Amino acid sequence: MMNIPCPFCGSRNEAEFAFGGPVKPDRPDPNTVSEGEWVAYLTQVPNPLGPVQERWWHVKGCGMWLTIWRDTRTHDIVEGPADAE
Amino acid sequence: MPSNRMDTGGRIDRDRPLNFTFNGRRLQGFAGDTLASALLANRVRLTARSFKYHRPRGIIGAGVEEPSTLVELLGDDASGNRPATTVPLRDGLIAKSVNCWPSPGFDLGAINQLIGRFIPAGFYYKTFKWPGWHLYEPTIRKAAGLAAAPAAPPEQGHFENRFAHCDLLIAGAGPAGLMAASTAGRAGLRVMIADEATEAGGSLLNRRLTIGGTPALGWVKAVVDELATLPNVTHLQNATVWAYREHNYLMVNERAPDNPSLLERNWRVRAGQVICATGAIERMLVFGNNDRPGVMLASAAQTYVNRYGVRPGQRAVVFTNNNSAYAVAADLTAAGITVAAIIDSRTDVPEEARTLVEDVDVLAGHVVTGARGARQVRGVTIAPVDGGASRQITCDLLAHSGGWNPAVHLWSQSRGNLRYDDTLTSFLPDQAAQDATSVGATNGQMTLADALGSGARAGADAAGITMPDIPTSADLIYAVTPLWRVEQGRDKAFLDIQNDVTVDDVHLALREGYDNVEHVKRYTTGGMGIDQGKTGNINIIGTVAMQQGAPLEELGTTTFRSPYTPVSFGAIGGLREDSVVLPYRHTPLTAWNIKNGAFMYESGARWRRPGYFPQPGESFQETVNRECRIVRNGVGVYDGSPLGTFEFKGRDVGRFLDHIYTNIMSTLKPGHGRYGLMLSDDGLIIDDGVALRLSEHRWIVSTSTGHADAMNSHFEELLQTQFPDWNVFVTTVTSQWNNATICGPLARDVMQALGTDIDISPAALPFMGFADGHVAGIPARLVRVSFTGELSFEVNVAPRHLPALWDKIMTAGAPFGIAPIGSEANHVLRVEKGFLSLGHEVDGTVDPYDLGLGWAMSKKKTDYLGKHAVAIRRSGTTNRRELVGILPEPDQMIPEGAPLTPGGERKPTEGLVTACVYSTVHDRWVGLALLENGHSRHGETVRARLKDKVIAARVTPPIHYDAAGERLRS
Ligand SMILES: [Zn+2]
Repeated sequence: MMNIPCPFCGSRNEAEFAFGGPVKPDRPDPNTVSEGEWVAYLTQVPNPLGPVQERWWHVKGCGMWLTIWRDTRTHDIVEGPADAE
Repeated sequence: MPSNRMDTGGRIDRDRPLNFTFNGRRLQGFAGDTLASALLANRVRLTARSFKYHRPRGIIGAGVEEPSTLVELLGDDASGNRPATTVPLRDGLIAKSVNCWPSPGFDLGAINQLIGRFIPAGFYYKTFKWPGWHLYEPTIRKAAGLAAAPAAPPEQGHFENRFAHCDLLIAGAGPAGLMAASTAGRAGLRVMIADEATEAGGSLLNRRLTIGGTPALGWVKAVVDELATLPNVTHLQNATVWAYREHNYLMVNERAPDNPSLLERNWRVRAGQVICATGAIERMLVFGNNDRPGVMLASAAQTYVNRYGVRPGQRAVVFTNNNSAYAVAADLTAAGITVAAIIDSRTDVPEEARTLVEDVDVLAGHVVTGARGARQVRGVTIAPVDGGASRQITCDLLAHSGGWNPAVHLWSQSRGNLRYDDTLTSFLPDQAAQDATSVGATNGQMTLADALGSGARAGADAAGITMPDIPTSADLIYAVTPLWRVEQGRDKAFLDIQNDVTVDDVHLALREGYDNVEHVKRYTTGGMGIDQGKTGNINIIGTVAMQQGAPLEELGTTTFRSPYTPVSFGAIGGLREDSVVLPYRHTPLTAWNIKNGAFMYESGARWRRPGYFPQPGESFQETVNRECRIVRNGVGVYDGSPLGTFEFKGRDVGRFLDHIYTNIMSTLKPGHGRYGLMLSDDGLIIDDGVALRLSEHRWIVSTSTGHADAMNSHFEELLQTQFPDWNVFVTTVTSQWNNATICGPLARDVMQALGTDIDISPAALPFMGFADGHVAGIPARLVRVSFTGELSFEVNVAPRHLPALWDKIMTAGAPFGIAPIGSEANHVLRVEKGFLSLGHEVDGTVDPYDLGLGWAMSKKKTDYLGKHAVAIRRSGTTNRRELVGILPEPDQMIPEGAPLTPGGERKPTEGLVTACVYSTVHDRWVGLALLENGHSRHGETVRARLKDKVIAARVTPPIHYDAAGERLRS
């Protein structure tokens, strides 16, 4: 069970969080990008073997959505949320 | 009764005899015994039959490494596959061997010995593969005969989980662990030290060593007593650190904790730092018939004489490739056992070892080529290691030692690297992957002085203090020369006792191409099972290395996984209410519902709701029909509280709702509501519901019951990650607002009888309108929504008022024949109306157009979630499955989910029945279906293809009742 740093609550057990998936690029304006680019945005999720930026929701805590960099090989949180201690 | 018990010595209490039963025999041991030591004391030597060949087996180890004697405990202790060496004896214990029937002495399965050469490694995989292994597996498992799971959980006592945090967790309370604990504990660190044995001391319990010039166990007692006085130290015995997970999260299974009502407690520990002080496990030597009863690990024989005061034999031969067995020979001699000879595979025996046993015959450069005797070892055959004449020595105990494997299991579970050490001929901890260190024998520090020193160093480092003084001690220098297997002899030589894996099996696996150690493990099953090959794994790797001529460091080890030793499911599960993982959700009406005969079940999102309210003598269908007629013809009421309810506040709520709903919400006037659809950005329908605009910047959004939690996540994720600057705040108010929904043509009459200060005339409070005020004197929000197609008033009140409101509704409604309505009738009513249900009509394939809800897809808005994905999905597609009504012909029920195929033939489906209910309005079965191009096929006949018949149905529009919607607007 990972120990995830919440900027609001401090380090808490993973069981308090819901996984929000890897962070996708910013949502493009669907009216200006091509259909192919839009489909790529919708369907392609970052999947690196190594550090990945991802979101977790502190649903059984303060309710904050936070962003961390986690190494998918080791579970090491290589970079915590900006405001975490 | 003959006994192997010594008159003095050991850590048993001879004043406290304990009676127990083993395979039906009544026997006696003492407090402090394990089942194994008590059996040996009673001269029970044949204690088990082996897994595959049903060979006679005895006790081989003295702790968790025991590969041989597995027992099933009965009665209060009911549990299976317990190594007899880890079962503390207690009065009244009832145990029986696994793997044999009816007894280890007379075992019918022993016939397998005769056909043994026909069941080599991989035999089962090769033989039982048609039509599928799973057909044979149950029978083979039974023949293999591991213990059955207890039929029921223990009647007395329970299990619990406990969370803990500490600065330092120390796994193991041997000399290194205790030294680390006392050093860090004195320095004020929050220390947790856990050890698998029933008392602290580790190897010191089994050996005769001194610390500071006095017996080592005196030092152990002093340290344990001091730890007990330190409030910052938690010391657990009979507690195994069995898993090392990411982020220094470890599991500790504490057995028989200090609470009589508890069987086991599983600690979940988050540790700042971890010290692995888990010791080392002796490995077997591999020679012919090395599994005969009476062939025992040398350290185990030493443990039985020193710790339990039991002589495991009268005349011993010691077989070794390393120094540690010389101390064993000395201890056996001191206990009154004749050591006939020490057989040492090394040609040069270090002087410091030899001096320990000056009177014992040492045969250097010799090996045991085989054990003699069938049900009991009667002697050994020995020969020079490089060949030559063999001879025999008589004995009833063969104590052997193949060297020591540091117990790197936890270290490896933490993802710490291992390296092969040529001097110790074992794998040792190398680079740490988490904040962990290893000390003592775990780290290859094999002498007592090194163990104490490394423990103190690690404890001091953890606390950031200088190294304390180390008490003096004396110990034999450890030196070993590898002997992976004895090459002479033709008898079966076992690498893995528990799984009956021999040298020949490994050779076969290599010949058949399974040349990676992980493949060898899976093909031969060597290293699997209860003991996970604690005594034999490295011999398997060594055997592979010998055969391939490759060094061990290149072969590596198989992966160490948790649990280190078996853990009961009860301990993992802990204390739980009933048989559910997550608790149920209840509305304030659960008690009323049950009292009034409701049939309660879960109806999404773990809510317990009334399905229907049967009256005496009524069948299920009669009850549902009655409840439907009441709503269609009179008035009913149901508890709509579980519906997901969210309050939105802020200047940008309209803008946000326009983004998440397909239709435009921002134009809604305060005081009004609007139905809407929500899509995911990839075009799937994720929810539908009604939004109410309370005021300019304040809204209520309702979602379906089952999706409320997911929608909460959806709203918050969008607001926090995509629109952090938007002024929108969402609060879940599902449990702050409960409601009773009064529905039916007489609903307004009931409202008037209840009394309300809200104008409920159709003009003042139209469909989709709402108003705040009082109902029956209770503060309420009255909402005109309808899930049944009838005139409905949703009376929303605070939860504490719902039971009172409900009683008043029942009283006021009585003259109108009001009755409570369950989910089943609600389902029928919504199907008659063609209202959607997520999970029935809405799956991952349909879009709003398919459901006839194209009107809800705003053309005006240039962007909203799902708009573009739906457009892309629809472009160029034909044969979409569209929502239709169906009327089965002849009139009958079609099961939900039934496939529709062209002509009812065995062809690819063209749709499916999503719902089929008995309509009291039409006095017949009606249904909904998704059908290819269904919108243009009204009037056609389609066919549902079932297993045993084909049912025809006429295609109709999806609304079977009040298509104009006059009744719900009335
Ligand atoms: Zn938080």
